Amino acid sequence: MPRFAVLVFPGSNCEEDVQYCLQDVLGHPTDLVWHKQTRLDGYDAVILPGGFAHGDYLRPGAIARFSPVMPAVASMAESGRAVVGICNGFQMLQEAGLLPGAMLRNRSLTYVCRYVGLRVEKAGSPLTETLREGDELRIPVGHADGNFFADERSLEALEKKDLVVFRYLDNPNGAAHDIAGIRNERGNVLGLMPHPDRCYEPALGTADGRKLFESLVAWTEQR
Amino acid sequence: MKANIIVRLKPAVHDPQGETISNALKQLGYEQAVSVRQGKFFELSLDTDSREEAQRLAQEVARRLLANPVLEVFEVEVQG
Repeated sequence: MPRFAVLVFPGSNCEEDVQYCLQDVLGHPTDLVWHKQTRLDGYDAVILPGGFAHGDYLRPGAIARFSPVMPAVASMAESGRAVVGICNGFQMLQEAGLLPGAMLRNRSLTYVCRYVGLRVEKAGSPLTETLREGDELRIPVGHADGNFFADERSLEALEKKDLVVFRYLDNPNGAAHDIAGIRNERGNVLGLMPHPDRCYEPALGTADGRKLFESLVAWTEQR
Repeated sequence: MKANIIVRLKPAVHDPQGETISNALKQLGYEQAVSVRQGKFFELSLDTDSREEAQRLAQEVARRLLANPVLEVFEVEVQG
């Protein structure tokens, strides 16, 4: 049975939601791991949760990327295990150079907090293993800096190599190419701005988020 | 020693904050203010007497932390 680690940084605030989805809803052992730990031995996947790690000072993720746990995250990525960043966690993966691009302030300059439509562009990723390309989901976003930016060449490479995993149906932040989530070339590192950890039971508006965590379990079990 | 570090967005990067400021200036009647680009300024105090060392350290912290090379460029000016 896969074992999951959810990192905890000073200022992150979604780690317990992720743990609840994986452990209480889906029944898989999931530990919260403080950012000062330097080892992630024995875990099949690590999730970098949303929030405001290190207060988001300077730039979101800029300081968190130097947390003592980050070399262990890089080794997990290198070993082919799943590394998933949600929202602030996505920004950390970009700052750490594990995923390309960077987030600009939302085009509206306001914090956007609402449900958005997402289209699955790439099945068979750590969060879309059990989904099909073209599937549409409703997942909430909550961010001020979610405006995905990469230079033209990097965007071209992302498209050509089929690395865009999720695209917004109604772009809430100005993101280039409507990008909401991407993966690395190897396919095991994935970042997305929307929060599947906020919609895993019908009482929360939709249970679409649960499908992404079920995918994470399935992806991990098959490897 | 002191170092001043200016971090600015690359010219190709859209700057929504700069645009908002520029619109506000126009509303204030400053029609001549054609555009605004917003950046960040850091004043770094360094415990060293060597200008070269200060330059090296300031470059390093700007490169590693203060600027994101995907979006930004930086300039370092050592004072004193």
